[in-house]
Amino acid sequence: MFKFDKLVFGDLGWGDELLFATLMTITVSILSMGLGLCLAIITVWAKLITNRITRLIANFYTTVVRGVPELLVIYLIFFGGNSVVMGVAKLFGYNGYIELNALTIGTIAIAFISATYSSEVIRAAYLAVNKGQVEAAKALGLNKIQIFLRVMGPQIIRYALPGIGNVWQITLKDTSLISVTGLVEIMRQTRIASNVEHSPLTFLITAAFLYLFLTTFSGKFFKVLELNYSKGYS
Amino acid sequence: MQSLLSYLNEYLLFRNFVEVIVGLDNTLLLLVVSLPIGFVLSLLFALGRVSKNKFISKPIATYIFVIRGTPLLVQIYLIYFGLGSIEFIRESFLWYLLREPFWCGVLALTINTVAYGSEIFRGGIQSVTKGQIESGLSLGFNKINLLRKIIFPIALRKVLPSYGNELILMVKATSLVSLTTYMEMTGIARKIMAKTFAPVEAFIAAGLLYLFLNFLMVQFVKYLEWKYNPHLRLEQN
Repeated sequence: MFKFDKLVFGDLGWGDELLFATLMTITVSILSMGLGLCLAIITVWAKLITNRITRLIANFYTTVVRGVPELLVIYLIFFGGNSVVMGVAKLFGYNGYIELNALTIGTIAIAFISATYSSEVIRAAYLAVNKGQVEAAKALGLNKIQIFLRVMGPQIIRYALPGIGNVWQITLKDTSLISVTGLVEIMRQTRIASNVEHSPLTFLITAAFLYLFLTTFSGKFFKVLELNYSKGYS
Repeated sequence: MQSLLSYLNEYLLFRNFVEVIVGLDNTLLLLVVSLPIGFVLSLLFALGRVSKNKFISKPIATYIFVIRGTPLLVQIYLIYFGLGSIEFIRESFLWYLLREPFWCGVLALTINTVAYGSEIFRGGIQSVTKGQIESGLSLGFNKINLLRKIIFPIALRKVLPSYGNELILMVKATSLVSLTTYMEMTGIARKIMAKTFAPVEAFIAAGLLYLFLNFLMVQFVKYLEWKYNPHLRLEQN
Protein backbone atom coordinates (compact mmCIF):
# COMPACT_ATOMS: atom_id res chain seq x y z
CA MET A 1 0.00 0.00 0.00
CA PHE A 2 2.65 2.49 1.07
CA LYS A 3 5.49 2.10 -1.40
CA PHE A 4 8.70 3.29 0.21
CA ASP A 5 10.74 2.30 -2.83
CA LYS A 6 9.04 5.04 -4.87
CA LEU A 7 10.46 7.72 -2.60
CA VAL A 8 14.18 7.06 -3.19
CA PHE A 9 16.38 9.67 -4.82
CA GLY A 10 17.51 9.25 -8.40
CA ASP A 11 15.76 7.92 -11.48
CA LEU A 12 13.88 5.14 -9.74
CA GLY A 13 12.03 7.23 -7.21
CA TRP A 14 10.56 10.66 -6.67
CA GLY A 15 12.75 11.75 -3.76
CA ASP A 16 14.73 14.42 -5.59
CA GLU A 17 11.65 15.75 -7.40
CA LEU A 18 9.85 16.07 -4.09
CA LEU A 19 12.85 17.81 -2.56
CA PHE A 20 12.87 20.39 -5.36
CA ALA A 21 9.12 20.78 -4.99
CA THR A 22 9.60 21.43 -1.26
CA LEU A 23 12.22 24.07 -2.04
CA MET A 24 9.73 25.63 -4.48
CA THR A 25 7.05 25.71 -1.79
CA ILE A 26 9.49 27.40 0.60
CA THR A 27 10.49 29.91 -2.07
CA VAL A 28 6.91 30.81 -2.94
CA SER A 29 5.98 31.08 0.73
CA ILE A 30 8.86 33.38 1.59
CA LEU A 31 8.39 35.55 -1.50
CA SER A 32 4.66 35.92 -1.03
CA MET A 33 5.00 36.48 2.71
CA GLY A 34 7.52 39.28 2.02
CA LEU A 35 5.42 40.85 -0.70
CA GLY A 36 2.35 40.39 1.49
CA LEU A 37 4.02 42.20 4.40
CA CYS A 38 4.90 45.16 2.13
CA LEU A 39 1.31 45.26 0.87
CA ALA A 40 0.05 44.95 4.44
CA ILE A 41 2.15 47.92 5.59
CA ILE A 42 0.71 50.02 2.76
CA THR A 43 -2.80 48.86 3.68
CA VAL A 44 -2.28 49.70 7.35
CA TRP A 45 -0.93 53.09 6.41
CA ALA A 46 -3.95 53.67 4.19
CA LYS A 47 -6.26 52.71 7.03
CA LEU A 48 -4.60 54.83 9.69
CA ILE A 49 -4.06 58.15 7.89
CA THR A 50 -7.03 60.48 8.06
CA ASN A 51 -8.02 60.19 4.42
CA ARG A 52 -11.45 58.81 3.78
CA ILE A 53 -10.74 57.55 0.26
CA THR A 54 -7.62 55.53 1.06
CA ARG A 55 -9.36 54.09 4.09
CA LEU A 56 -12.35 53.11 1.97
CA ILE A 57 -10.12 51.41 -0.60
CA ALA A 58 -8.13 49.57 2.05
CA ASN A 59 -11.24 48.40 3.88
CA PHE A 60 -12.83 47.28 0.62
CA TYR A 61 -9.71 45.31 -0.26
CA THR A 62 -9.41 43.50 3.07
CA THR A 63 -13.13 42.78 3.35
CA VAL A 64 -13.47 41.41 -0.17
CA VAL A 65 -10.33 39.29 -0.21
CA ARG A 66 -11.06 37.83 3.21
CA GLY A 67 -14.65 37.10 2.30
CA VAL A 68 -13.89 35.22 -0.89
CA PRO A 69 -12.34 31.73 -1.01
CA GLU A 70 -8.59 31.68 -1.59
CA LEU A 71 -9.03 29.38 -4.55
CA LEU A 72 -11.27 31.92 -6.26
CA VAL A 73 -8.70 34.71 -5.75
CA ILE A 74 -6.02 32.49 -7.25
CA TYR A 75 -8.21 31.57 -10.22
CA LEU A 76 -9.06 35.22 -10.76
CA ILE A 77 -5.43 36.35 -10.71
CA PHE A 78 -4.20 33.36 -12.68
CA PHE A 79 -6.75 33.55 -15.47
CA GLY A 80 -7.48 37.28 -15.32
CA GLY A 81 -4.03 38.56 -14.40
CA ASN A 82 -2.55 38.30 -17.86
CA SER A 83 -5.18 40.53 -19.42
CA VAL A 84 -4.67 43.11 -16.68
CA VAL A 85 -0.91 43.12 -17.23
CA MET A 86 -1.38 43.40 -20.98
CA GLY A 87 -3.80 46.28 -20.45
CA VAL A 88 -1.24 48.09 -18.33
CA ALA A 89 1.46 47.39 -20.93
CA LYS A 90 -0.82 48.81 -23.62
CA LEU A 91 -1.01 52.05 -21.68
CA PHE A 92 2.74 52.27 -21.97
CA GLY A 93 2.58 51.57 -25.68
CA TYR A 94 3.48 47.87 -25.74
CA ASN A 95 1.08 45.79 -27.78
CA GLY A 96 2.68 42.36 -27.69
CA TYR A 97 1.52 39.30 -25.84
CA ILE A 98 2.78 38.97 -22.29
CA GLU A 99 2.47 35.85 -20.26
CA LEU A 100 3.48 35.85 -16.64
CA ASN A 101 4.94 32.60 -15.41
CA ALA A 102 3.22 30.52 -12.78
CA LEU A 103 5.71 31.46 -10.06
CA THR A 104 5.03 35.19 -10.46
CA ILE A 105 1.27 34.74 -10.62
CA GLY A 106 1.23 32.35 -7.69
CA THR A 107 3.40 34.62 -5.56
CA ILE A 108 1.23 37.65 -6.31
CA ALA A 109 -1.99 35.75 -5.61
CA ILE A 110 -0.82 34.34 -2.28
CA ALA A 111 0.66 37.73 -1.34
CA PHE A 112 -2.71 39.38 -1.96
CA ILE A 113 -4.36 36.90 0.38
CA SER A 114 -1.70 36.92 3.08
CA ALA A 115 -1.54 40.74 3.09
CA THR A 116 -5.12 40.99 4.30
CA TYR A 117 -4.33 38.84 7.32
CA SER A 118 -1.00 40.54 8.05
CA SER A 119 -2.54 43.99 7.80
CA GLU A 120 -4.96 43.21 10.64
CA VAL A 121 -2.09 41.91 12.76
CA ILE A 122 0.13 44.92 12.08
CA ARG A 123 -2.70 47.37 12.65
CA ALA A 124 -3.49 45.82 16.01
CA ALA A 125 0.21 45.89 16.94
CA TYR A 126 0.50 49.53 15.96
CA LEU A 127 -2.50 50.47 18.06
CA ALA A 128 -1.17 48.42 20.99
CA VAL A 129 1.89 50.62 21.42
CA ASN A 130 1.29 53.15 24.14
CA LYS A 131 0.88 56.66 22.73
CA GLY A 132 2.62 58.11 25.76
CA GLN A 133 5.88 56.67 24.49
CA VAL A 134 5.68 58.70 21.29
CA GLU A 135 5.10 61.80 23.37
CA ALA A 136 8.01 60.91 25.62
CA ALA A 137 10.22 60.41 22.56
CA LYS A 138 9.11 63.78 21.19
CA ALA A 139 9.90 65.37 24.53
CA LEU A 140 13.39 63.93 24.29
CA GLY A 141 13.79 65.66 20.93
CA LEU A 142 13.74 62.63 18.62
CA ASN A 143 12.62 63.33 15.09
CA LYS A 144 9.92 61.38 13.25
CA ILE A 145 12.26 58.85 11.65
CA GLN A 146 14.06 58.21 14.90
CA ILE A 147 10.77 57.73 16.70
CA PHE A 148 9.68 55.17 14.16
CA LEU A 149 12.98 53.28 14.03
CA ARG A 150 13.85 53.27 17.72
CA VAL A 151 10.57 53.54 19.62
CA MET A 152 7.62 52.40 17.53
CA GLY A 153 9.25 49.90 15.18
CA PRO A 154 10.74 47.44 17.67
CA GLN A 155 7.57 47.43 19.75
CA ILE A 156 5.33 46.92 16.71
CA ILE A 157 7.48 43.95 15.75
CA ARG A 158 7.21 42.55 19.26
CA TYR A 159 3.44 42.83 19.38
CA ALA A 160 2.97 41.61 15.80
CA LEU A 161 5.30 38.59 15.84
CA PRO A 162 2.91 35.99 17.29
CA GLY A 163 0.24 37.01 14.79
CA ILE A 164 2.70 37.14 11.92
CA GLY A 165 3.76 33.61 12.85
CA ASN A 166 0.15 32.50 12.44
CA VAL A 167 -0.13 34.29 9.10
CA TRP A 168 3.06 32.55 7.99
CA GLN A 169 1.52 29.16 8.74
CA ILE A 170 -1.63 30.11 6.81
CA THR A 171 0.47 31.37 3.89
CA LEU A 172 2.55 28.21 3.84
CA LYS A 173 -0.57 26.08 3.71
CA ASP A 174 -2.20 28.33 1.11
CA THR A 175 0.68 27.74 -1.29
CA SER A 176 -0.74 24.25 -1.81
CA LEU A 177 -3.58 25.94 -3.68
CA ILE A 178 -1.39 27.40 -6.39
CA SER A 179 -0.82 23.87 -7.62
CA VAL A 180 -3.91 24.60 -9.75
CA THR A 181 -1.83 27.07 -11.76
CA GLY A 182 0.61 24.34 -12.76
CA LEU A 183 3.52 25.53 -10.62
CA VAL A 184 5.43 22.44 -9.53
CA GLU A 185 5.39 22.73 -5.75
CA ILE A 186 4.72 19.92 -3.28
CA MET A 187 1.06 19.45 -4.13
CA ARG A 188 1.54 19.53 -7.91
CA GLN A 189 4.50 17.16 -7.75
CA THR A 190 2.46 14.84 -5.55
CA ARG A 191 -0.37 14.72 -8.08
CA ILE A 192 2.05 14.10 -10.95
CA ALA A 193 3.87 11.35 -9.09
CA SER A 194 0.72 9.63 -7.91
CA ASN A 195 -0.73 9.70 -11.42
CA VAL A 196 2.40 8.14 -12.85
CA GLU A 197 2.85 5.51 -10.15
CA HIS A 198 -0.87 4.86 -9.53
CA SER A 199 -0.23 5.15 -5.84
CA PRO A 200 -1.88 8.30 -4.50
CA LEU A 201 -1.70 7.21 -0.88
CA THR A 202 2.11 6.99 -0.82
CA PHE A 203 2.68 10.45 -2.22
CA LEU A 204 -0.17 12.22 -0.45
CA ILE A 205 1.01 10.95 2.93
CA THR A 206 4.53 12.06 2.02
CA ALA A 207 3.17 15.48 1.09
CA ALA A 208 1.32 15.70 4.40
CA PHE A 209 4.55 14.89 6.24
CA LEU A 210 6.47 17.49 4.24
CA TYR A 211 3.95 20.19 5.11
CA LEU A 212 3.90 19.08 8.73
CA PHE A 213 7.68 19.28 8.81
CA LEU A 214 7.67 22.77 7.29
CA THR A 215 4.98 24.18 9.58
CA THR A 216 6.52 22.68 12.71
CA PHE A 217 10.02 23.91 12.00
CA SER A 218 9.00 27.38 10.95
CA GLY A 219 6.83 27.52 14.07
CA LYS A 220 9.91 26.80 16.16
CA PHE A 221 11.81 29.53 14.30
CA PHE A 222 9.09 32.07 15.09
CA LYS A 223 9.16 31.04 18.77
CA VAL A 224 12.88 31.87 18.85
CA LEU A 225 12.26 35.22 17.16
CA GLU A 226 9.51 36.04 19.64
CA LEU A 227 11.81 35.29 22.56
CA ASN A 228 14.48 37.47 21.00
CA TYR A 229 12.14 40.44 20.55
CA SER A 230 10.69 40.26 24.05
CA LYS A 231 14.05 40.13 25.79
CA GLY A 232 13.33 43.30 27.69
CA TYR A 233 10.17 41.85 29.18
CA SER A 234 11.18 38.38 30.31
CA MET B 1 -40.16 42.65 -16.18
CA GLN B 2 -39.64 40.55 -19.29
CA SER B 3 -37.78 43.37 -20.99
CA LEU B 4 -35.66 43.95 -17.90
CA LEU B 5 -34.65 40.29 -17.83
CA SER B 6 -33.78 40.24 -21.50
CA TYR B 7 -31.86 43.48 -21.02
CA LEU B 8 -29.87 41.98 -18.14
CA ASN B 9 -29.29 38.82 -20.14
CA GLU B 10 -27.14 40.89 -22.48
CA TYR B 11 -24.60 41.05 -19.70
CA LEU B 12 -22.28 38.12 -19.26
CA LEU B 13 -21.91 38.82 -15.55
CA PHE B 14 -25.65 38.49 -14.99
CA ARG B 15 -25.89 35.28 -16.99
CA ASN B 16 -22.94 33.85 -15.06
CA PHE B 17 -24.58 34.89 -11.84
CA VAL B 18 -27.71 32.95 -12.72
CA GLU B 19 -25.63 29.91 -13.56
CA VAL B 20 -23.41 30.05 -10.49
CA ILE B 21 -26.35 30.46 -8.13
CA VAL B 22 -27.43 26.94 -9.12
CA GLY B 23 -24.31 25.70 -7.32
CA LEU B 24 -25.26 27.54 -4.15
CA ASP B 25 -27.32 24.62 -2.89
CA ASN B 26 -24.38 22.25 -3.28
CA THR B 27 -22.17 24.63 -1.30
CA LEU B 28 -24.83 25.00 1.36
CA LEU B 29 -25.36 21.24 1.49
CA LEU B 30 -21.67 20.75 2.34
CA LEU B 31 -21.94 23.32 5.13
CA VAL B 32 -25.26 22.09 6.49
CA VAL B 33 -23.91 18.57 6.92
CA SER B 34 -20.36 19.26 8.08
CA LEU B 35 -20.83 22.26 10.38
CA PRO B 36 -23.29 20.75 12.92
CA ILE B 37 -21.37 17.46 13.07
CA GLY B 38 -18.17 19.47 13.38
CA PHE B 39 -19.61 21.57 16.20
CA VAL B 40 -20.68 18.59 18.32
CA LEU B 41 -17.46 16.68 17.71
CA SER B 42 -15.39 19.80 18.47
CA LEU B 43 -17.02 20.07 21.88
CA LEU B 44 -16.38 16.40 22.62
CA PHE B 45 -12.79 16.59 21.39
CA ALA B 46 -12.17 19.74 23.41
CA LEU B 47 -13.36 17.90 26.52
CA GLY B 48 -11.06 15.02 25.63
CA ARG B 49 -8.19 17.44 25.07
CA VAL B 50 -8.47 18.90 28.57
CA SER B 51 -9.05 15.48 30.12
CA LYS B 52 -6.51 14.32 32.69
CA ASN B 53 -6.44 10.87 31.14
CA LYS B 54 -3.37 10.83 28.91
CA PHE B 55 -4.73 8.04 26.72
CA ILE B 56 -7.51 10.38 25.66
CA SER B 57 -5.78 13.75 25.56
CA LYS B 58 -2.55 12.68 23.84
CA PRO B 59 -4.13 11.15 20.69
CA ILE B 60 -6.44 14.13 20.36
CA ALA B 61 -3.52 16.53 20.71
CA THR B 62 -1.66 14.62 17.99
CA TYR B 63 -4.72 14.67 15.73
CA ILE B 64 -5.08 18.43 16.16
CA PHE B 65 -1.37 18.95 15.53
CA VAL B 66 -1.39 16.92 12.31
CA ILE B 67 -4.57 18.45 10.87
CA ARG B 68 -3.58 22.02 11.71
CA GLY B 69 -0.11 21.49 10.26
CA THR B 70 -1.24 20.25 6.85
CA PRO B 71 -3.22 22.08 4.15
CA LEU B 72 -6.87 21.24 3.72
CA LEU B 73 -6.16 20.40 0.09
CA VAL B 74 -3.90 17.52 1.16
CA GLN B 75 -6.63 16.23 3.45
CA ILE B 76 -9.27 16.39 0.72
CA TYR B 77 -7.00 14.64 -1.77
CA LEU B 78 -6.01 12.03 0.81
CA ILE B 79 -9.63 11.16 1.40
CA TYR B 80 -10.78 11.37 -2.20
CA PHE B 81 -7.81 9.80 -4.02
CA GLY B 82 -5.97 8.14 -1.16
CA LEU B 83 -8.73 6.19 0.55
CA GLY B 84 -10.12 5.12 -2.81
CA SER B 85 -6.85 3.43 -3.68
CA ILE B 86 -7.04 1.05 -0.71
CA GLU B 87 -8.47 -2.30 -1.76
CA PHE B 88 -9.93 -2.96 1.66
CA ILE B 89 -12.03 0.21 1.62
CA ARG B 90 -13.19 -0.30 -1.94
CA GLU B 91 -14.68 -3.62 -0.94
CA SER B 92 -16.32 -2.49 2.27
CA PHE B 93 -19.63 -0.69 2.68
CA LEU B 94 -17.72 2.58 3.18
CA TRP B 95 -17.16 2.70 -0.54
CA TYR B 96 -20.81 3.60 -1.11
CA LEU B 97 -20.12 6.87 0.67
CA LEU B 98 -16.49 7.49 -0.23
CA ARG B 99 -16.90 7.14 -3.96
CA GLU B 100 -19.07 10.26 -3.92
CA PRO B 101 -17.08 13.49 -3.96
CA PHE B 102 -19.77 15.02 -1.76
CA TRP B 103 -19.19 12.67 1.17
CA CYS B 104 -15.43 12.92 0.76
CA GLY B 105 -15.81 16.67 0.96
CA VAL B 106 -18.01 16.42 4.05
CA LEU B 107 -15.55 14.06 5.72
CA ALA B 108 -12.55 16.28 4.96
CA LEU B 109 -14.30 19.48 6.04
CA THR B 110 -15.53 17.87 9.25
CA ILE B 111 -12.11 16.49 10.13
CA ASN B 112 -10.60 19.90 9.45
CA THR B 113 -13.12 21.99 11.38
CA VAL B 114 -13.05 19.64 14.37
CA ALA B 115 -9.30 20.16 14.72
CA TYR B 116 -9.57 23.96 14.68
CA GLY B 117 -12.86 24.06 16.56
CA SER B 118 -11.75 21.85 19.42
CA GLU B 119 -8.68 24.02 19.92
CA ILE B 120 -10.95 27.08 20.11
CA PHE B 121 -13.33 25.38 22.54
CA ARG B 122 -10.43 24.18 24.65
CA GLY B 123 -9.44 27.81 25.15
CA GLY B 124 -13.01 28.59 26.17
CA ILE B 125 -13.29 25.66 28.57
CA GLN B 126 -9.98 26.47 30.21
CA SER B 127 -11.01 30.09 30.63
CA VAL B 128 -13.88 29.11 32.95
CA THR B 129 -12.56 30.11 36.37
CA LYS B 130 -12.11 27.55 39.07
CA GLY B 131 -14.40 29.42 41.42
CA GLN B 132 -17.35 29.02 39.08
CA ILE B 133 -16.81 25.27 38.87
CA GLU B 134 -16.35 25.00 42.63
CA SER B 135 -19.51 26.93 43.34
CA GLY B 136 -21.36 24.64 40.95
CA LEU B 137 -20.00 21.61 42.78
CA SER B 138 -20.94 23.07 46.14
CA LEU B 139 -24.50 23.47 44.90
CA GLY B 140 -24.58 19.73 44.24
CA PHE B 141 -24.31 19.72 40.43
CA ASN B 142 -23.22 16.40 39.02
CA LYS B 143 -20.64 16.29 36.24
CA ILE B 144 -23.07 16.38 33.35
CA ASN B 145 -25.09 19.24 34.77
CA LEU B 146 -21.91 21.09 35.58
CA LEU B 147 -20.90 20.84 31.92
CA ARG B 148 -24.36 21.60 30.58
CA LYS B 149 -25.33 24.47 32.85
CA ILE B 150 -22.05 26.12 33.81
CA ILE B 151 -19.00 25.23 31.74
CA PHE B 152 -20.48 25.11 28.24
CA PRO B 153 -22.58 28.30 28.45
CA ILE B 154 -19.67 30.32 29.81
CA ALA B 155 -17.11 28.79 27.44
CA LEU B 156 -19.27 29.06 24.32
CA ARG B 157 -20.08 32.68 25.03
CA LYS B 158 -16.39 33.49 25.27
CA VAL B 159 -15.36 31.71 22.09
CA LEU B 160 -18.20 32.94 19.89
CA PRO B 161 -16.09 35.54 18.02
CA SER B 162 -13.28 33.11 17.25
CA TYR B 163 -15.67 30.29 16.40
CA GLY B 164 -17.42 32.73 14.08
CA ASN B 165 -14.09 33.21 12.31
CA GLU B 166 -13.78 29.46 11.96
CA LEU B 167 -17.28 29.29 10.45
CA ILE B 168 -16.30 31.87 7.83
CA LEU B 169 -13.12 29.92 7.07
CA MET B 170 -15.32 26.87 6.55
CA VAL B 171 -17.54 28.71 4.08
CA LYS B 172 -14.40 29.56 2.15
CA ALA B 173 -13.01 26.05 2.51
CA THR B 174 -15.99 24.52 0.70
CA SER B 175 -14.57 25.93 -2.55
CA LEU B 176 -11.71 23.42 -2.35
CA VAL B 177 -14.13 20.52 -2.69
CA SER B 178 -14.60 21.66 -6.30
CA LEU B 179 -11.17 20.16 -7.01
CA THR B 180 -12.65 16.70 -6.50
CA THR B 181 -15.13 17.21 -9.36
CA TYR B 182 -17.89 18.25 -6.97
CA MET B 183 -19.90 20.93 -8.75
CA GLU B 184 -20.42 23.70 -6.25
CA MET B 185 -20.08 27.41 -6.94
CA THR B 186 -16.35 27.48 -7.63
CA GLY B 187 -16.60 24.40 -9.82
CA ILE B 188 -19.38 25.95 -11.86
CA ALA B 189 -17.47 29.22 -12.17
CA ARG B 190 -14.51 27.24 -13.44
CA LYS B 191 -16.75 25.50 -15.99
CA ILE B 192 -18.21 28.80 -17.16
CA MET B 193 -14.71 30.16 -17.57
CA ALA B 194 -13.73 27.23 -19.75
CA LYS B 195 -16.87 27.78 -21.83
CA THR B 196 -16.83 31.56 -22.27
CA PHE B 197 -13.10 32.38 -21.95
CA ALA B 198 -14.08 35.29 -19.73
CA PRO B 199 -12.47 34.46 -16.39
CA VAL B 200 -13.07 37.76 -14.61
CA GLU B 201 -16.85 37.74 -15.08
CA ALA B 202 -17.16 34.09 -14.07
CA PHE B 203 -15.14 34.37 -10.86
CA ILE B 204 -16.61 37.72 -9.85
CA ALA B 205 -20.08 36.20 -10.05
CA ALA B 206 -19.01 33.39 -7.72
CA GLY B 207 -17.06 35.79 -5.49
CA LEU B 208 -20.13 37.97 -4.96
CA LEU B 209 -22.13 34.96 -3.82
CA TYR B 210 -19.40 33.89 -1.38
CA LEU B 211 -19.22 37.44 -0.03
CA PHE B 212 -22.98 37.38 0.49
CA LEU B 213 -22.80 34.00 2.25
CA ASN B 214 -20.05 35.23 4.54
CA PHE B 215 -21.99 38.42 5.23
CA LEU B 216 -24.94 36.30 6.37
CA MET B 217 -22.59 34.21 8.51
CA VAL B 218 -21.18 37.34 10.19
CA GLN B 219 -24.70 38.61 10.91
CA PHE B 220 -25.64 35.22 12.35
CA VAL B 221 -22.64 35.20 14.69
CA LYS B 222 -23.36 38.79 15.68
CA TYR B 223 -26.94 37.80 16.52
CA LEU B 224 -25.70 34.89 18.63
CA GLU B 225 -23.29 37.18 20.45
CA TRP B 226 -26.12 39.60 21.14
CA LYS B 227 -28.42 36.83 22.31
CA TYR B 228 -25.99 35.06 24.62
CA ASN B 229 -24.38 38.12 26.14
CA PRO B 230 -27.41 39.85 27.66
CA HIS B 231 -25.24 41.39 30.36
CA LEU B 232 -23.19 43.24 27.73
CA ARG B 233 -26.18 44.76 25.91
CA LEU B 234 -26.68 48.48 26.21
CA GLU B 235 -29.73 49.33 28.25
CA GLN B 236 -32.61 50.31 26.02
CA ASN B 237 -34.66 53.12 27.46
